[in-house]
Amino acid sequence: MTVTAGWYLALAAVLFVVGASGLLLRRNALVMFMSVELMLNAANLSFVAAGRQLGVLDGQAAVFFVMVVAAAEVVVGLAIIVTVFRRRATASVDDLAGLKG
Amino acid sequence: MVELVLFIIFGLAALFGAVTTVWARNPVYSALGLMLTLFSVAVFYVSNGAEFVAAVQVIVYAGAVMTLFLFVIMLVGVDRAEDRRENLPVQRPLALGLLVLFGAGVLVAGRFAWVTGSGGGRSAEGTVEALGSELFRRWVLPFELTALLLIIAAAGTIALGLFRRGEAEAADEGEAGEEEVAP
Repeated sequence: MTVTAGWYLALAAVLFVVGASGLLLRRNALVMFMSVELMLNAANLSFVAAGRQLGVLDGQAAVFFVMVVAAAEVVVGLAIIVTVFRRRATASVDDLAGLKG
Repeated sequence: MVELVLFIIFGLAALFGAVTTVWARNPVYSALGLMLTLFSVAVFYVSNGAEFVAAVQVIVYAGAVMTLFLFVIMLVGVDRAEDRRENLPVQRPLALGLLVLFGAGVLVAGRFAWVTGSGGGRSAEGTVEALGSELFRRWVLPFELTALLLIIAAAGTIALGLFRRGEAEAADEGEAGEEEVAP
């Protein structure tokens, strides 16, 4: 019994669903951010598995770029969270209703 | 055979870490669960022949990004008083139904044999040399753009960190005074 690319894709789908549910269910901005990281990693895993299945390196190049974008996103997002926390003393996104109108 | 055993062990570890990330009440546990998942995904990269990406995953993600997360958790503090009550009458069964539908879709899709190329080629060894020549030949322009993106992100972070005295307090004068942060 060999592990085919489909197994990795299925695992990536499950990880993505867990991350998406975390993004939807939690109110803590930090945990929501970690869920986004989880979803990005699931996408990366499917890139690598598909690239191996096709015998090309493009999947790994795509993973490289996704990692760079994710690093930039984490840096800016965490800075925003810290800035919001300085002014509002909360990390819960439900308390940030200033734009609600 | 080895790959199967590795897949089972680290697949379970990845799932456990992911569920811990979402379910843990304490954000520090969430961060540790995410770290477990990241390491497991790195193992999957190695078993898929992507050694360089696995090394980057461990160094950048599990090293730098998670350290950043833990630092921010330390700054923001562990907020245990997260309110988990929700008023969702219809959405819960709807979400369960959609989840079952999605799982069925994944299982059905997994049974097809997707032929989208030659396939089966073992030329995709993700060594530093192979990936480097790929990045610096075909993907030179996006690679340079990532440098620009990182510089912009760093500058934006510094700007966000600098705007605190003066302007922020002047803006807070108009708002409610009880929101003043007491560090």
